Amino acid sequence: MLADYLTPDVIRLRIRVSNWQEAVRAGGQLLMQAGKCGLSYVESMVRAVQEMGPYMVLAPGLALAHARPEDGADVVGLSLVTLATPVEFGSETNDPVSVVISFCAPDHESHIGMLQSLAEFLINEDNQRLLKTAETVDEILSAVI
Amino acid sequence: MKKPRVMMVCGFGLGSSMILKITVDGVLKEHGLGAETFCADATTASGESYDMIFTSKEMANLFKNTTKPVVVIENFLSKQEVLDKGLPVLRKLIEELNP
Repeated sequence: MLADYLTPDVIRLRIRVSNWQEAVRAGGQLLMQAGKCGLSYVESMVRAVQEMGPYMVLAPGLALAHARPEDGADVVGLSLVTLATPVEFGSETNDPVSVVISFCAPDHESHIGMLQSLAEFLINEDNQRLLKTAETVDEILSAVI
Repeated sequence: MKKPRVMMVCGFGLGSSMILKITVDGVLKEHGLGAETFCADATTASGESYDMIFTSKEMANLFKNTTKPVVVIENFLSKQEVLDKGLPVLRKLIEELNP
Protein backbone atom coordinates (compact mmCIF):
# COMPACT_ATOMS: atom_id res chain seq x y z
CA MET A 1 0.00 0.00 0.00
CA LEU A 2 2.71 2.45 1.03
CA ALA A 3 4.63 1.50 -2.11
CA ASP A 4 1.70 2.81 -4.18
CA TYR A 5 2.29 6.28 -2.74
CA LEU A 6 6.02 6.38 -2.02
CA THR A 7 7.27 6.30 -5.60
CA PRO A 8 10.65 7.56 -6.88
CA ASP A 9 9.16 10.81 -8.22
CA VAL A 10 8.12 11.92 -4.73
CA ILE A 11 11.38 11.19 -2.93
CA ARG A 12 14.39 13.51 -2.65
CA LEU A 13 17.26 12.59 -0.36
CA ARG A 14 19.82 14.73 1.43
CA ILE A 15 18.63 18.04 0.09
CA ARG A 16 20.16 21.28 1.34
CA VAL A 17 17.82 23.73 3.06
CA SER A 18 18.46 26.69 5.32
CA ASN A 19 15.34 26.46 7.48
CA TRP A 20 12.16 24.49 8.16
CA GLN A 21 10.10 26.57 5.71
CA GLU A 22 12.33 25.49 2.82
CA ALA A 23 12.10 21.88 4.00
CA VAL A 24 8.30 21.96 4.12
CA ARG A 25 8.11 23.74 0.75
CA ALA A 26 10.39 21.11 -0.79
CA GLY A 27 8.06 18.35 0.40
CA GLY A 28 5.03 20.28 -0.77
CA GLN A 29 6.53 20.96 -4.19
CA LEU A 30 7.07 17.25 -4.76
CA LEU A 31 3.35 16.70 -4.09
CA MET A 32 2.47 19.51 -6.47
CA GLN A 33 4.78 18.28 -9.24
CA ALA A 34 3.24 14.84 -8.90
CA GLY A 35 -0.17 16.41 -9.49
CA LYS A 36 -1.52 15.75 -6.01
CA CYS A 37 -2.18 19.31 -4.91
CA GLY A 38 -1.96 22.95 -5.92
CA LEU A 39 0.44 25.70 -4.85
CA SER A 40 -2.06 26.98 -2.29
CA TYR A 41 -1.79 23.68 -0.44
CA VAL A 42 2.02 24.00 -0.29
CA GLU A 43 1.75 27.45 1.25
CA SER A 44 -0.93 26.24 3.67
CA MET A 45 1.45 23.57 4.90
CA VAL A 46 3.96 26.27 5.87
CA ARG A 47 1.22 28.39 7.46
CA ALA A 48 0.03 25.43 9.51
CA VAL A 49 3.38 25.21 11.28
CA GLN A 50 3.46 28.99 11.77
CA GLU A 51 -0.05 29.08 13.23
CA MET A 52 -0.11 25.94 15.28
CA GLY A 53 3.47 25.42 16.18
CA PRO A 54 5.67 22.42 15.48
CA TYR A 55 3.22 19.78 16.73
CA MET A 56 3.76 17.83 13.52
CA VAL A 57 7.33 16.97 14.56
CA LEU A 58 5.84 13.81 15.92
CA ALA A 59 8.92 11.76 16.63
CA PRO A 60 12.62 12.56 17.12
CA GLY A 61 13.92 14.04 13.84
CA LEU A 62 10.72 13.37 11.92
CA ALA A 63 8.05 15.81 10.78
CA LEU A 64 4.72 15.01 9.13
CA ALA A 65 3.79 18.12 7.19
CA HIS A 66 0.31 18.70 5.84
CA ALA A 67 -2.59 21.14 5.60
CA ARG A 68 -6.39 20.75 5.36
CA PRO A 69 -8.15 19.14 2.38
CA GLU A 70 -9.86 22.44 1.57
CA ASP A 71 -6.46 24.18 1.26
CA GLY A 72 -6.01 22.73 -2.23
CA ALA A 73 -5.49 18.97 -2.11
CA ASP A 74 -6.68 17.16 -5.23
CA VAL A 75 -5.95 13.51 -4.49
CA VAL A 76 -4.21 11.50 -1.79
CA GLY A 77 -0.48 12.11 -2.08
CA LEU A 78 2.68 11.49 -0.12
CA SER A 79 6.24 12.77 -0.45
CA LEU A 80 9.50 12.25 1.37
CA VAL A 81 12.44 14.62 1.70
CA THR A 82 15.49 14.03 3.83
CA LEU A 83 17.85 16.82 4.76
CA ALA A 84 21.62 16.89 4.41
CA THR A 85 21.73 19.04 7.54
CA PRO A 86 18.90 18.82 10.10
CA VAL A 87 16.86 21.96 10.82
CA GLU A 88 15.01 23.28 13.84
CA PHE A 89 11.23 23.40 13.69
CA GLY A 90 10.91 24.70 17.24
CA SER A 91 9.83 21.41 18.76
CA GLU A 92 10.76 21.15 22.44
CA THR A 93 11.35 17.45 22.36
CA ASN A 94 11.86 16.23 18.79
CA ASP A 95 14.17 18.73 17.06
CA PRO A 96 16.25 18.87 14.93
CA VAL A 97 14.41 17.38 11.97
CA SER A 98 16.10 15.47 9.17
CA VAL A 99 13.09 13.68 7.63
CA VAL A 100 10.04 15.55 6.34
CA ILE A 101 7.13 13.45 5.16
CA SER A 102 4.38 15.48 3.51
CA PHE A 103 0.92 14.38 2.57
CA CYS A 104 -2.34 15.69 1.19
CA ALA A 105 -5.86 14.31 1.07
CA PRO A 106 -9.01 15.57 -0.64
CA ASP A 107 -11.22 14.85 2.38
CA HIS A 108 -11.00 13.54 5.95
CA GLU A 109 -11.06 9.83 5.16
CA SER A 110 -9.40 8.87 1.86
CA HIS A 111 -5.90 8.97 3.25
CA ILE A 112 -6.56 6.71 6.25
CA GLY A 113 -5.32 3.53 4.55
CA MET A 114 -2.18 5.26 3.34
CA LEU A 115 -1.48 6.79 6.75
CA GLN A 116 -2.08 3.42 8.38
CA SER A 117 0.56 1.78 6.21
CA LEU A 118 2.90 4.75 6.73
CA ALA A 119 2.46 4.46 10.51
CA GLU A 120 3.14 0.72 10.43
CA PHE A 121 6.30 1.39 8.44
CA LEU A 122 7.50 4.18 10.73
CA ILE A 123 6.69 2.47 14.05
CA ASN A 124 9.58 0.16 13.23
CA GLU A 125 12.59 2.16 14.43
CA ASP A 126 14.86 0.47 11.87
CA ASN A 127 12.80 2.18 9.18
CA GLN A 128 13.07 5.55 10.90
CA ARG A 129 16.84 5.04 10.96
CA LEU A 130 16.84 3.97 7.32
CA LEU A 131 15.06 7.15 6.24
CA LYS A 132 17.58 9.29 8.11
CA THR A 133 20.65 7.59 6.67
CA ALA A 134 19.63 6.38 3.19
CA GLU A 135 21.77 7.62 0.34
CA THR A 136 19.73 6.16 -2.51
CA VAL A 137 16.04 5.97 -3.32
CA ASP A 138 16.41 2.22 -3.98
CA GLU A 139 17.38 1.57 -0.35
CA ILE A 140 14.09 3.07 0.73
CA LEU A 141 11.97 1.47 -1.98
CA SER A 142 13.23 -2.00 -1.09
CA ALA A 143 12.18 -1.50 2.53
CA VAL A 144 8.74 -0.31 1.55
CA ILE A 145 7.41 -3.40 -0.27
CA MET B 1 -18.11 -4.33 28.50
CA LYS B 2 -18.21 -0.53 28.48
CA LYS B 3 -15.37 1.00 26.52
CA PRO B 4 -13.73 4.31 27.34
CA ARG B 5 -13.75 6.99 24.64
CA VAL B 6 -10.12 7.86 23.91
CA MET B 7 -9.54 11.03 21.92
CA MET B 8 -6.34 11.82 20.02
CA VAL B 9 -5.88 15.54 19.33
CA CYS B 10 -3.64 17.39 16.90
CA GLY B 11 -3.84 20.60 14.90
CA PHE B 12 -6.01 19.32 12.08
CA GLY B 13 -7.31 16.02 13.39
CA LEU B 14 -6.33 14.06 10.32
CA GLY B 15 -2.54 13.74 10.31
CA SER B 16 -0.47 13.49 13.46
CA SER B 17 -3.42 12.49 15.62
CA MET B 18 -4.22 9.70 13.19
CA ILE B 19 -0.67 8.37 13.47
CA LEU B 20 -0.99 8.53 17.25
CA LYS B 21 -4.34 6.71 17.04
CA ILE B 22 -2.67 3.92 15.09
CA THR B 23 0.05 3.62 17.73
CA VAL B 24 -2.53 3.60 20.53
CA ASP B 25 -4.70 1.03 18.69
CA GLY B 26 -1.63 -1.19 18.39
CA VAL B 27 -0.97 -1.03 22.12
CA LEU B 28 -4.64 -1.68 22.95
CA LYS B 29 -4.70 -4.73 20.71
CA GLU B 30 -1.46 -6.15 22.13
CA HIS B 31 -2.84 -5.85 25.64
CA GLY B 32 -6.33 -7.07 24.86
CA LEU B 33 -7.91 -3.80 25.94
CA GLY B 34 -11.09 -2.40 24.47
CA ALA B 35 -11.48 1.31 23.85
CA GLU B 36 -13.14 3.56 21.30
CA THR B 37 -10.36 5.64 19.72
CA PHE B 38 -10.98 8.68 17.56
CA CYS B 39 -9.28 11.86 16.35
CA ALA B 40 -10.16 15.49 16.76
CA ASP B 41 -8.60 18.82 15.98
CA ALA B 42 -8.08 21.75 18.30
CA THR B 43 -11.52 23.20 17.50
CA THR B 44 -13.73 20.11 17.44
CA ALA B 45 -12.11 18.59 20.54
CA SER B 46 -14.11 20.76 22.93
CA GLY B 47 -17.40 19.56 21.44
CA GLU B 48 -16.60 15.88 21.83
CA SER B 49 -17.43 13.56 24.69
CA TYR B 50 -14.35 11.67 25.84
CA ASP B 51 -12.93 9.85 28.84
CA MET B 52 -9.28 10.63 28.20
CA ILE B 53 -6.99 12.45 25.78
CA PHE B 54 -3.69 11.61 24.15
CA THR B 55 -1.97 14.62 22.64
CA SER B 56 1.33 16.42 22.12
CA LYS B 57 3.00 18.84 24.49
CA GLU B 58 2.10 21.77 22.24
CA MET B 59 -1.62 20.91 22.26
CA ALA B 60 -1.88 19.90 25.90
CA ASN B 61 -2.30 23.52 26.98
CA LEU B 62 -5.71 23.58 25.31
CA PHE B 63 -6.97 21.14 27.90
CA LYS B 64 -5.91 22.88 31.09
CA ASN B 65 -9.51 23.04 32.29
CA THR B 66 -10.64 19.49 31.73
CA THR B 67 -11.20 17.07 34.58
CA LYS B 68 -10.42 14.11 32.35
CA PRO B 69 -6.92 12.62 32.15
CA VAL B 70 -4.67 14.21 29.50
CA VAL B 71 -1.68 12.10 28.55
CA VAL B 72 1.13 13.94 26.75
CA ILE B 73 3.01 11.84 24.25
CA GLU B 74 6.31 13.18 22.89
CA ASN B 75 6.96 10.48 20.31
CA PHE B 76 3.75 9.56 18.44
CA LEU B 77 5.45 6.49 17.01
CA SER B 78 6.49 5.04 20.35
CA LYS B 79 4.35 2.17 21.56
CA GLN B 80 6.54 2.07 24.66
CA GLU B 81 5.72 5.65 25.58
CA VAL B 82 2.00 5.08 25.04
CA LEU B 83 2.30 1.97 27.18
CA ASP B 84 4.22 3.61 30.02
CA LYS B 85 2.16 6.78 30.17
CA GLY B 86 -1.23 5.66 28.94
CA LEU B 87 -1.85 2.09 29.99
CA PRO B 88 -2.32 2.72 33.72
CA VAL B 89 -4.81 5.49 32.90
CA LEU B 90 -6.69 3.28 30.43
CA ARG B 91 -6.84 0.35 32.83
CA LYS B 92 -8.24 2.59 35.56
CA LEU B 93 -10.87 4.00 33.20
CA ILE B 94 -11.97 0.55 32.10
CA GLU B 95 -12.33 -0.52 35.74
CA GLU B 96 -14.32 2.58 36.59
CA LEU B 97 -16.66 2.06 33.64
CA ASN B 98 -17.18 -1.61 34.44
CA PRO B 99 -17.47 -1.91 38.25
